[in-house]
Amino acid sequence: MTWFRWIVLALAAGLFGLFAYMLSQPKDEFVESAMIGEPIPAFDLPPAVTDRPGLSSADLADGQPKLLNVFASWCVPCAAEAPNLARLEAGGANIVAVAIRDRPEDVAAFLQAYGNPFSRIGKDDISAVQLSIGSSGVPETFVIDGKGVIRYQHIGDIRDSDVSVLLAELREAGA
Amino acid sequence: MTRLLLALLIALAGPVYAQDSLPPAPYAYKQLDDPALEAKAQALMETLRCLKCQSQSIADSDAPMAGDMRHQVRSRIAAGEDPEAVRAWLIERYGDYVSYKPEISETTWPLFAIPLVLLALVGVILWRRLGRAR
Repeated sequence: MTWFRWIVLALAAGLFGLFAYMLSQPKDEFVESAMIGEPIPAFDLPPAVTDRPGLSSADLADGQPKLLNVFASWCVPCAAEAPNLARLEAGGANIVAVAIRDRPEDVAAFLQAYGNPFSRIGKDDISAVQLSIGSSGVPETFVIDGKGVIRYQHIGDIRDSDVSVLLAELREAGA
Repeated sequence: MTRLLLALLIALAGPVYAQDSLPPAPYAYKQLDDPALEAKAQALMETLRCLKCQSQSIADSDAPMAGDMRHQVRSRIAAGEDPEAVRAWLIERYGDYVSYKPEISETTWPLFAIPLVLLALVGVILWRRLGRAR
């Protein structure tokens, strides 16, 4: 019967070791979209600013792969990622955007201050498009292929090291 | 000194709570006119996770995104959708995590199986011990 006790002891020790390890790990609070590999749901958003057209799901299925940036003027990390969006645009990416719960004048002021890398900006006042693609915050950036299929999701602001990853994903999507 | 510290804290807290200035979505805080439909929506909203404040349900949360999710739930239910279809719509987008309702799936089955296995084990041990004592 002693061997049985040792096994129980080892199991308990292993379990507590697992608890200690998991407690020491930072919590992963990102909720990933389950829509990767799925076609983007149909939507048609009016323009968020006067000098760029709005955005519809048809625009995302026009044959050219694109980056879809979900942002807001009231979101601090969205300002932080602006230089890297500019680098992505310089790298040949066509970037379209959805502005979440935002006023046109606020979006215009935000773009004035941090630059406008977007060819289209749709206005989503009730987060409807955001919810329909499984995005749970701002900023997030999706790679959409030429057929309008969601290929990749980047959660949070785009850091320097993410630029090459996003460009590679865009190439993989057929750009 | 305390006052200065407080003022400083408030000044620092501002950007952290940066939120939009738009009014909430139509059905974020407005109940459906039909009490039966509202009850259905409420029951569903209590079992859906707020994605911004992940330990709350969207019924409990004042996050703007939770309001937008309540609007989706209420307007879909008002349009005649079944509550479980609305739940499925969200799970399709966010995975099981968005729902608090326990489901047996590929990843969750051990949660249901382990207690049964443990109970069976206890049964076997008790049976053997009591059997031996007799």
